[in-house]
Amino acid sequence: MGIKSHSFKKSLWLFHFGGASCNNCDIEILDCLTPRYDVERFGMKLVGSIRHADVLLVNGSINRKDKERLLEVYHQAPKPVLVVAIGACGCTGGIFAEGNTFAGPVDQIIPVDAYIPGCPPKPEAIIAGIVKLVNK
Amino acid sequence: MNTTDIIQKIEDTLHTRIQEVEIKSTHRVSIWIDTEALLKAARVLLFELEFRFIIASAYQTKEGFEILYHFSFDPIGLIINVKVLLPEKKPEIESLCPILTAANWIEREMHELYGIFFINHPNLEKLISDGNWASGVYPYRRDHLTTESDI
Amino acid sequence: MSKTIIPIGPYHPLQEEPELFKLYCEGEIVKDVQWVTGYNHRGIEKLSESKTFDQVFFLVERICGICSTSHPFAFANAMEEIISIEIPDRAKYIRSIIGELERLHSHLLWVGLAGHFLGYNTVFMWAWKYREPVLDLFEMITGNRNSYAMFKIGGVRRDIENAKIPAIRKVLDMVRKKTDLLTGAVMDDPVIHARTKGVGILTKEDIREYGALGPTARASGVAIDVRKDDPYAAYPLVKWKVITATEGDVFAKAEVRLLEMYESISIIQQCLDGLLRAKEGEIEIQVREIPMGIGNGHAEAPRGEVFHFVKTDGSQYPVRHKIRAPSYMNIATFKKSCVGQTISDATIALAAVDPCYCCTERMAYAYDYKSGEKILDGNELLRLGQQKTDAMRKQLKRKP
Repeated sequence: MGIKSHSFKKSLWLFHFGGASCNNCDIEILDCLTPRYDVERFGMKLVGSIRHADVLLVNGSINRKDKERLLEVYHQAPKPVLVVAIGACGCTGGIFAEGNTFAGPVDQIIPVDAYIPGCPPKPEAIIAGIVKLVNK
Repeated sequence: MNTTDIIQKIEDTLHTRIQEVEIKSTHRVSIWIDTEALLKAARVLLFELEFRFIIASAYQTKEGFEILYHFSFDPIGLIINVKVLLPEKKPEIESLCPILTAANWIEREMHELYGIFFINHPNLEKLISDGNWASGVYPYRRDHLTTESDI
Repeated sequence: MSKTIIPIGPYHPLQEEPELFKLYCEGEIVKDVQWVTGYNHRGIEKLSESKTFDQVFFLVERICGICSTSHPFAFANAMEEIISIEIPDRAKYIRSIIGELERLHSHLLWVGLAGHFLGYNTVFMWAWKYREPVLDLFEMITGNRNSYAMFKIGGVRRDIENAKIPAIRKVLDMVRKKTDLLTGAVMDDPVIHARTKGVGILTKEDIREYGALGPTARASGVAIDVRKDDPYAAYPLVKWKVITATEGDVFAKAEVRLLEMYESISIIQQCLDGLLRAKEGEIEIQVREIPMGIGNGHAEAPRGEVFHFVKTDGSQYPVRHKIRAPSYMNIATFKKSCVGQTISDATIALAAVDPCYCCTERMAYAYDYKSGEKILDGNELLRLGQQKTDAMRKQLKRKP
């Protein structure tokens, strides 16, 4: 186990990319920071720049305008980066997949390592999903 | 002021410019007016009768483009839908922006989605379509089919 | 005279959008605000035309996560207007309970975010912590924390059994105590007074001109509230009052939201009493057919009036469904409330309107400028706002 994969196990820094979403998932992700779920005790925190991040959280159905920005963000991320698609919209486009500006679910734009379904997934589910991913 | 007085006042101001008045209840009224009379109707509703502009919604029918301007009179909970009908070949109408800033965005949106042109609008630029679909494409029109070539 | 342009960061400081607005600044003062939208456009109005009326409820719930109930509420009002029916009393009470619980969780969310923008991270953590029991209540009543699927044409989908009522009352009492705590913390703190009074003022004329709604309008003395003006559901059956303030600044907006929470708690308590009087299980009217017609439905979301216009032609699908969220009108007021302010006041002035971008369209800024460079990004702007609070605190010699 090299240093990279060893240090990946602890203190993950998360970067959140919100596509065209209804904000439910965004709020549940923020909820993870609040006292009840408190992921900061694991060293996980949300960072303001993709260049500092280990994990890219993507939610929301991606519309055409967001697609370019998502690609840009992904290329800027220092590898290795784990990509997690959150919510029904992140996984498959959800209820908005038939919309006229839909640009494909996340896994058709960038490679995804984990899917956390739900509409919205509860904070417990989000934490469980990330933990499962890290243990992989 | 009650609904009957309000309708009377509108009829007195617009006279023959009104094509039809439909009173569904004391709270819901629809008035179909001539396209040219829009600013006059808006002025009497907004400034004399103190209505509030809710929003405008556009819709394409067989006869052309229909725009409904929704106004609300909050003290009695009355909503009046003012309807205008624009010809399909040349959908143009006066913008409400010179008398009401609140109409700015919705007119831009109707322009992008239906291709309706608003005369005297201060900045009829893209609101939501930039990057989402190309200019000249109007996705909410009946004859539009979404394709990849929209970009 | 060159103007520098400062992009303002995302509404949620932790979201990706690096630019929401660009402020044209001269020195410290904001001269103009520009924005571009489109990042959140999902084509919902068009999608709605391909869904049956029952399915549309699920679609409109997901327009926005925070005002998730207000959209189905307005849509149900519109449809029931077309059919001309009146739903049973129990359904009215249940609808109002869900609507007011949502107002509670939304205002708590706002208080937390406003605290964060000002630098009071404890307020952020507390407000969101006390939001959790409200979300638990939702889970107990509806099965989900955020999108409830409670509404249908003619009534509600699930009943609130009378046996659950004591548990609901218990949570409400707790929320009431915590609201006292938060209100005390906010309203009596001289640093918050100094940071929010006189900032981001909107006058009555501004409200009329921009068609602004909700607490944004009520804080400037314009007493519009759909629940009073065009009553629906259980609002005419319970006693409550519309909260207004007069100054129109950020402090007034905070005050209106906090005091509204007390009214919400009172409305819910009265609706729970109403549930005990109404017959358990009678929660809907069967609707077989939707006639041709138009319906104007509106409801009071936490941010203002949500308006749905529906046109039907006798078939299973809406022919036209126009949706207008309150933030569509409120966000345009940024031009008035931000211009003339200093940069460090910009984030709180923006947040005071409680913009809900998913309802409106996420905002971002894009334009060509001839001169000026990006000097501050969103996170830095946020930090500036927080630093100003620290400085004021030291000035007033208060402990954080």
